[in-house]
Amino acid sequence: MKELKILAVVVFFTLVTYWGVEPYAHSVMHKHVEFKNFQYEDLKPITAKGDAAKGQALAAACAGCHSIKGAKMPAPMDPVTASATYGVNPPDLTLAGAVLDEKYLAHFLKDPVHTAMVAHKFKDKPYPMPSMATDDQSAADLVAYFKSIAPEEVTPKEAYEFACGRCHEMRYAKWTQIGEEPKTKPNIQTKMDEEKLKFDQKLAQYKDHMVKYLGKLPPDLSIIVRARSEDFLKTFVEDPQSQLPGTAMPRVGVSKEGYEKVFQYLEEVGDPSKPKREAVGPWVIGYFILFTFLAYLWYKSQWKGLK
Amino acid sequence: MAHFDPNAKPFSHQWMNDRLAVDTLKRVLSTEYWIPKNINFLWAMGMILAATFGVLLISGIFLLMYYIPDTQLAFDSVNHTIMGEVGYGWLWRHMHGVAASVVFLIIYIHMFTGIYYGSYKRGRELIWLSGMLLFVTFSAEAFSGYMLPWGQMSYWAGMVITNLFSLGSLDFQGLVEWIRGDYVPGQAFLGRFFMLHVVLLPLAIMGLIVLHFGTLRIPHVNNQDGEEIDFEAEAEKWKAGLRKESKVIPFNPVFMSKDVFVLGIYFIIYFYLVFYHFEFAMDPVNFDPADPLKTPPHIYPEWYFLWSYEILRPFPKDPGLVAFGFAQVIFFLLPFLDRSPNVAPANRRGPFKIWFWVLLVDMIVLTIMGKVPPMGIYTTIGTIAAWVFILLWVALPFITKMEKPIRGQK
Amino acid sequence: MSDRRDFFGKALGAFAGLGALGALYAAKRTWDPLPSVKAAGFTTIDLSQAEENVLYTEMWRGKPIFVLKVPKKDQKAYEDKRLIEVGGDKFFIAIGLCTHLGCIPAYYPDQYKFICACHGGQFNAAGEVLKSPPPSPLVIPPFKVDGKKVVLGEAGPEYKKLKEAGLVA
Repeated sequence: MKELKILAVVVFFTLVTYWGVEPYAHSVMHKHVEFKNFQYEDLKPITAKGDAAKGQALAAACAGCHSIKGAKMPAPMDPVTASATYGVNPPDLTLAGAVLDEKYLAHFLKDPVHTAMVAHKFKDKPYPMPSMATDDQSAADLVAYFKSIAPEEVTPKEAYEFACGRCHEMRYAKWTQIGEEPKTKPNIQTKMDEEKLKFDQKLAQYKDHMVKYLGKLPPDLSIIVRARSEDFLKTFVEDPQSQLPGTAMPRVGVSKEGYEKVFQYLEEVGDPSKPKREAVGPWVIGYFILFTFLAYLWYKSQWKGLK
Repeated sequence: MAHFDPNAKPFSHQWMNDRLAVDTLKRVLSTEYWIPKNINFLWAMGMILAATFGVLLISGIFLLMYYIPDTQLAFDSVNHTIMGEVGYGWLWRHMHGVAASVVFLIIYIHMFTGIYYGSYKRGRELIWLSGMLLFVTFSAEAFSGYMLPWGQMSYWAGMVITNLFSLGSLDFQGLVEWIRGDYVPGQAFLGRFFMLHVVLLPLAIMGLIVLHFGTLRIPHVNNQDGEEIDFEAEAEKWKAGLRKESKVIPFNPVFMSKDVFVLGIYFIIYFYLVFYHFEFAMDPVNFDPADPLKTPPHIYPEWYFLWSYEILRPFPKDPGLVAFGFAQVIFFLLPFLDRSPNVAPANRRGPFKIWFWVLLVDMIVLTIMGKVPPMGIYTTIGTIAAWVFILLWVALPFITKMEKPIRGQK
Repeated sequence: MSDRRDFFGKALGAFAGLGALGALYAAKRTWDPLPSVKAAGFTTIDLSQAEENVLYTEMWRGKPIFVLKVPKKDQKAYEDKRLIEVGGDKFFIAIGLCTHLGCIPAYYPDQYKFICACHGGQFNAAGEVLKSPPPSPLVIPPFKVDGKKVVLGEAGPEYKKLKEAGLVA
């Protein structure tokens, strides 16, 4: 039938144009980086078997800079002071064994700057995290200890706060680098919110320290899932230098499960309408299929006997 | 003095007729507005465009309820409040964004249908010209709307496009600053483009749509063979019950029934895109907030502007601007550059057939080359395609002049 | 034949109407107050520092809230059942908008009276109408007593009791 032939021509040219400006153009524009499933193959496997009790003794040294709330060790200083000293606030280590890859963590404890792939940023200055393990055995002991104190269940939000949240804000979830935005109210006479201003001042100082340390302010991740493709995010987190050579973003070393948790959180905050789209979509499309069917019957009845 | 029946009950048929001539209106606008029978689904594009404009208007109204035209707040009002908090805000936004993109696909199909069937000639020049004015206002509407989320693409598109108005070596910086109301796109710029997008341009579009419909009335809609139809005589046949013999059908309900069917299919595809495949219409780069200190690594206009953007790109600054200006206005001149008296489908018009398909393919090539980075082979292809575009239009009067009249046509 | 043609047209029209209803529902939801607006509808007021016969104005859901530690001297008001007892003291807490047309009445401590400048309505220190046009006493918002504090926006047992007695408005 002639109309179908015309339709085929229209569809053909439409699809060629679509293919050209979307999949093809984007494949040219964006570097292809192989995803390696968070296996960290450049790091050789650690065969030593860890002893959590020995690890616990070694971990006492960590508490000089880090808090380990899961083991009732408080932070030695507040985030702003810590950032003045180290550049960013050192993480609480409770979740290290749950979110980070085991092999990565062991190597990181031995040789932090190279494992995190930030050696290019620390040519003339020391990396704030020193080596905490001289050999595979002590590294394995520490890893065993961190795994022993890690909670069974880590929520997506906790995974985000541990792995990303000290450098990246998420203002749509009211998260800042120094913690959750306080719930405060302005004074109804002065219209000024003193508590909030105090918090913002601390945040400004923290960011200032971070910019001096990293060279620029890491982006807010509120809607990063809309701004970057899924593929970019996972290959970037796995190996930041592969996507953006020279970036200050360290290789964080999340495990596959750890990344999935983090990504789940990014998606919950950055694309909150996804479940609603999936719920409403079939109804709307079903409606129009039925609509079109009825319209077809009307059309056929109107055009009957015309030709 | 008109006659008013004093016995007619308020709002009864007679009462309304006396005051508003409803029967006449209905006859003139729908039941006796005659459309040729010899048409295909491409004749439904006008209705689809009207419906899509309706979708844009309605979804836009709801977006307007929470959008804030302030450079500090615009981004979050769209991406947080509307997308995350407002009930069905995400739906309005995705409908608005996808419709804004899809409407151009339909406009292009509508335009190329007109070119293919010669629907811009023999009394139909004003249809073409008013349609081109609509194309230009829709383009302005799309561009101004693209500024509103105040993301990276908004900001940098605003920067680049307004810079075009410095007119190359003429260096009209003053004009550029006047358009922006500032040295760079800022609050003044966002405020005025917001005004253009939600008030001035939609009003212009609505006026032009009325004009476009008006220009159709006397010459009537063209048909698949470019045949000149005696609409009065054919209408009489229809009214006499000769449904089969008559070459025309009334707009309502016969033509409408087919339009609505095509519209239904269109809406299935459209809502599929809205729910499951909206990324093509909502560029990821625009989900980064505007940053005047950082240009994104790749910037490109939305797909529907790419062909004219690519005509600008391969040339040095001044000739590039001239070529760009040429591309913007040349379609307006189509009815006057086509010197052939034939109104017929392109495939029956000898060299014009080749001209048509080469133009279509060339514009698709330009579109694709406009998006890929300007380097290596892409620059070469882009430059050639830009020259082909210009030469096609230069050649048009000559090849149509040589065209042999088709038998049975003046 | 013509009937059949008409039937399909009408069926389609009715179905389109159904779709319009769906769209109207979405539109209605868009007009609803945002979740963040609803979540912000709680205000905590600390009453421990309040002085007798001094009117404090707070804000709750964008509206002014009157907080008055009712003076014992105004015996009639002090005995009013609408007052809220917190830590042994009696407080009058209400939305500070006149029930006539929504202006904010001013408090005159020497007369123990609220007087509305817009249309001359008067209320006593417990918010009862002394002089029309206001048709009803000042409205008591949902509250919950929490030690020496009161949380507005949450209906505690004291509020529920008042409500059952028909005394909140």
